[in-house]
Amino acid sequence: MTTATSTIQELANREYQHGFVTDIESESVPRGLNEDIIRLISAKKREPDWLLDWRLKAFRHWQTMEEPRWWPNLRIGPIDYQDIIYYSAPKPKKKLNSLDEVDPELRRTFEKLGISLDEQKRLAGVAVDAVFDSVSVATTFKKTLAEHGIIFCSFSEAVREHPALVRKYLGSVVPYNDNFFAALNSAVFSDGSFCYIPKGVRCPMELSTYFRINSAGTGQFERTLIIAEEGSYVSYLEGCTAPMRDENQLHAAVVELIAVGERAEIKYSTVQNWYPGDKEGRGGIYNFVTKRGACRGVGSKISWTQVETGSAITWKYPSVILQGDNSIGEFYSVALTNHKQQADTGTKMIHIGKNTRSTIVSKGISAGNGQNTYRGLVKVLKGATGARNYSQCDSLLLGDRCGAHTFPYIEVKNSTAKVEHEASTSKIGEDQIFYCKQRGLSTEDAVNMIVNGFCKQVFLNLPMEFAVEAQKLLGVSLEGSVG
Amino acid sequence: MTEVMERQNTYLAAFERLERELAAAGTPALHRLRKAAAARFAELGFPGPRDEEWRFTPIAPLARIPFEPAPHDRMNGSCSFRIPPLPKGVIVCRLSEAMHKHAALIEQHLARYADWKKHPFVALNTAFVCDGVFVYVPRGIVLEEPLFLDFHAGKDDDGRVWHYRSLVLLGENSQVTLVDNYSGPMECTYFSNAVTEIVVGPGAIVDHYKLQREGDRAFHLAVMQVQIGRAANFSSHAITQGGQWVRNEINAVFENEGGECTLNGLYQANGEQLVDNHTLIDHAHPHCASHELYKGILDGKARGVFNGKIYVRQDAQRTDAKQTNQTLLLSDDATINTKPQLEIYADDVKCTHGATVGQLDAESLFYLRSRGVGLAEARSLLTYAFANDIVSRIKVASVREELERSLLQAHHLPAVDAGEEDA
Repeated sequence: MTTATSTIQELANREYQHGFVTDIESESVPRGLNEDIIRLISAKKREPDWLLDWRLKAFRHWQTMEEPRWWPNLRIGPIDYQDIIYYSAPKPKKKLNSLDEVDPELRRTFEKLGISLDEQKRLAGVAVDAVFDSVSVATTFKKTLAEHGIIFCSFSEAVREHPALVRKYLGSVVPYNDNFFAALNSAVFSDGSFCYIPKGVRCPMELSTYFRINSAGTGQFERTLIIAEEGSYVSYLEGCTAPMRDENQLHAAVVELIAVGERAEIKYSTVQNWYPGDKEGRGGIYNFVTKRGACRGVGSKISWTQVETGSAITWKYPSVILQGDNSIGEFYSVALTNHKQQADTGTKMIHIGKNTRSTIVSKGISAGNGQNTYRGLVKVLKGATGARNYSQCDSLLLGDRCGAHTFPYIEVKNSTAKVEHEASTSKIGEDQIFYCKQRGLSTEDAVNMIVNGFCKQVFLNLPMEFAVEAQKLLGVSLEGSVG
Repeated sequence: MTEVMERQNTYLAAFERLERELAAAGTPALHRLRKAAAARFAELGFPGPRDEEWRFTPIAPLARIPFEPAPHDRMNGSCSFRIPPLPKGVIVCRLSEAMHKHAALIEQHLARYADWKKHPFVALNTAFVCDGVFVYVPRGIVLEEPLFLDFHAGKDDDGRVWHYRSLVLLGENSQVTLVDNYSGPMECTYFSNAVTEIVVGPGAIVDHYKLQREGDRAFHLAVMQVQIGRAANFSSHAITQGGQWVRNEINAVFENEGGECTLNGLYQANGEQLVDNHTLIDHAHPHCASHELYKGILDGKARGVFNGKIYVRQDAQRTDAKQTNQTLLLSDDATINTKPQLEIYADDVKCTHGATVGQLDAESLFYLRSRGVGLAEARSLLTYAFANDIVSRIKVASVREELERSLLQAHHLPAVDAGEEDA
């Protein structure tokens, strides 16, 4: 395998492609966090009093909480919460009527990332709500969606235009006091996306948001709220890339999904490709996210699909609370760690309603000095008669300095429940690589093919455009790791 | 919390009170160890619910009762042996006797493996160590007949803590089968705090059976620490039946290459019983294999906890580890918390684990019923078959047959005689 080593090394050491800084004047609040900053953020966004009160309540609660250090195998550098700029927005320009009015600098940034707005709009038929450092800059396809009665807008806009809906559902799945980072987010969240699908509507296109962390030292505190009424369906995509930075940036987002009515269905897909830090583990994003969905309606369904390749530390557990009878929760995940990345991710499936079903498929890939942990909870409460869970967690190890860990928690209080968990850890077999090479493939192609095959079960659940991007991402981050 | 502190102090007060008597047993070095362990227990205190290892096992019921140790000649419980005639060089005796006769061996091995610096109850046990069981099988000796060790809580007293202690040493290429039996009076509330250290020398084979049949009101906490040498083989079968609050911990460490470890367990719980099984297999060296199968049957309001960890260190290449936990829930009030864990830092490994929680298979039930077996009996048969999967792996015929009989009886099934079963 020595011949292939040089290309492998090259690929493994490839610099982060999306690292560049866009020079846009941003209007920031001073560094640090106190009640005045929160009042200032709220005032800047012209929020109603109830929201300010909610933020302050969260902040006061946050002050009483301790920063979690739950998992002994996760190494987290100290975070100085007073050294973060909690709000930064591109300077307000005049109202935009068409895409042409978007700042050309900003447009070029998106183009470098391969998500040119018009391209997306024309070819892919995807409505993109691009979040550029906290404030929504351009929203497309709004009209088409409006015809169906679908609300898809920035969170701030939703607060202004649909306060009743926001007030009703905000914090109903992830309360402001849920955990340390959710409380922080509730206090300082800057913007995010809001989506409402009315009764019986099947959303005609995939909804998508690209988040992007830009100004140096700006933590991103997104808040996403998706509500699906009876019999509706929506597929939502979230994709992330962030520019290269040397200091750790904190990202503490909150995503709440609510399948309110009967047979409501929400599919949430994420490709996360934030800056993972350099080879020595310097810099990189701390990705501490709370994502949770509630299946309230009978037969409703929430499905999480994630491909996590970025961030220095990923710490997220997209969960589903299965309240409605016959409701379904799904979690499909590919997590990759290379160099000194650490990922601690998994899901929680809480079975409350009768005949609720959940499926967990998690694929972890570790290379370099990466540490990859699956940590998940399947909880079947007493009333959840006939609950069913199937979990499968596979880990692939590439290199002898990385780690793969599996910590499933299974808690069952109902005798009719059936819970199955299976996990395996292995490396790519030399015989598999030999077979591919003997058929004329290079080592890296062979590894790429095997890894893609390993992840296929998850990729199949991604919308097409994302599946392609996800495969490319894995390719870039991985090919070089075996030799 | 203050209440728990006070309870912890009752153990410490007992230590102070009995210290002079304790000091008389064994060497001064040993007593220094006791004092250090007592101090460590004072520092560690009882584990709380925030301690990940104790998350699902409430310590309060145990901490609430101020258990007192028996006078020093009995504080390590009564241990009796049923042993075959032993070849020359083999030692099976009381630990107190060994402290005098085999001081060097004791000094070299006792409390060197079970980590009293980390585990509060090992520290507590170590603080009171003055008697117990000592087994030594020198190099090359194979004991064909099993050694039966009986640990029995005193009949007379309520509210006692028994600090059982065993040390088992196996020389190179030796072999032994051990059957540990824990029992006690049904009517007494007592606390068995057992620590067992087993050193399996290079190429040695240990077949260990633990039958836990404590009284209904007993608290049972047992920590077994096993050091597995080069190409050595350790297997354990833990059968848990009695006790109201039970926690079994097995920590097995591969000290060199080529070792093999098998951990099997069966736990049956009913009423308000709590049964916790914690196992840790530390693959510290390459080319070792471990297999683990724990099965549980929970009925009534019983709570089961399973926590199995396979830890593969960075250089432990070619590790082959398999772990399975299966639990049968027979009642809606029973709860299981299972947490099989893989923590892997080496890449050339084959590790799998699986956990299932469920009920009796509907199709199997249907099949039996279609053949004219009543529902209750069909359930009994299937439950028996589930449990017997573990029992049938027991190699000591007398133990296996006795367990089979009691299983059959427990499930109201007619006895099968051995010959018929084989056919």
